[in-house]
Amino acid sequence: MIISIMLNGKKVVDDISPDMTLFNFLRNHGCYSVKCGCETTNCGLCTVFLDDKPVLSCAILAARVDGHKVETMEGLQEEAEEFGRFIADQGAEQCGFCNPGMIMNAIALFRENAHPTGEEIKQYLAGNLCRCSGYEGQLRGIHAFIEYRENGGAACRK
Amino acid sequence: MIKIKEYVKAASLEEAYELNQKRSNRILGGMLWMRMSNAQVQTAIDLSGLGLDQIEETEEEFIIGAMVTLRELELNERLNDCFDHVLADAVKDIVGVQFRNLATVGGSVFGRFGFSDVLTVLLSLHASVELYKGGIVPLEEFAAMKRDNDVLVNIRIAKTDGQYAYLTHRNTKTDFPVLAVAVSKIGEELRVAVGARPAKAELLDVKDLSGEELNALNEELAKKLSTRVKTDSNMRASAQYRSHLSKVLIERCFEKINTCKKEGE
Repeated sequence: MIISIMLNGKKVVDDISPDMTLFNFLRNHGCYSVKCGCETTNCGLCTVFLDDKPVLSCAILAARVDGHKVETMEGLQEEAEEFGRFIADQGAEQCGFCNPGMIMNAIALFRENAHPTGEEIKQYLAGNLCRCSGYEGQLRGIHAFIEYRENGGAACRK
Repeated sequence: MIKIKEYVKAASLEEAYELNQKRSNRILGGMLWMRMSNAQVQTAIDLSGLGLDQIEETEEEFIIGAMVTLRELELNERLNDCFDHVLADAVKDIVGVQFRNLATVGGSVFGRFGFSDVLTVLLSLHASVELYKGGIVPLEEFAAMKRDNDVLVNIRIAKTDGQYAYLTHRNTKTDFPVLAVAVSKIGEELRVAVGARPAKAELLDVKDLSGEELNALNEELAKKLSTRVKTDSNMRASAQYRSHLSKVLIERCFEKINTCKKEGE
């Protein structure tokens, strides 16, 4: 079946099988930031924005996304880089496999709530698993980033 | 992983119903649970083009379309203001925001899953479901029914004046609950729903208890009610542990309700 998705601002048309997931569709179209880490819909590595909302691309059929807008980290380079620096500054991660999914969901959090409390951050990012760290480095990086923005650093693009 | 031969975005409920009469066809909810089955589906029926993703409010009730996501249930202010935030409390620990942006209320209710937080909390409210052919059925009745080929259109929650509480115990933060308890005190009526026993949620029978006993909302009542919870063992916990948790969580829900009552006075 033919579907058309607005992927990172460009219209992508493809002939897909009915049970193809959005995750596989995105990988087929060069979005290698999107990864599958669990196969049980739990890890958050495959997080992308569907009509501006963060979703697990492994769990939604590409067919269902026909006619909608999808963004991956490839389309959010500036925003991701700006925030990602704060994670790197903390040496927060070891293998880094979970990083794109976490960055995507953190961006979603900042867009929804520009001044989250510690508890709100944990609640929002609970669905992003990291098996190397204890999340402390990421949380320090997130707090540092929020402080940077509150002190007049460039704001996240809405 | 599920295999799907054909995909149809239904143009009407009638079309969805017709397609759903064939055993090898399946209606998709959020697909979060279904995708992990090994089912071979001939036609996957998608309801996402039917406008069922809205929460409507009338004077008497909230009408929640089957395709409303758990995240919307969590964020809807009117709904949560009306029920002491109990719906948000019930779904906030389900995996993560990205998961809840896909998982649907209809999928959760239709599945009648043992682990369902959603079914547990809704049973504690005056809720019913609307089926395309079957009409409006009280949720308790629907929960006990066998799965059939009807189409779940929406879930209705009557606006009631009461106090509401929801608590679970989880082994880790975003895991399925080991036990889920929802309590509502609506006037003289006490509703206690217990889910993840690990069998599907059930409302406890309290008909034999006097008004005085039910109004007490104390440890003694929690103890008595917890003996009525039918628990079993699975990989997450033993039946004995769940029975112990039943008393603890019911009592803590009572405490919350008593606090809400005092605040309301």
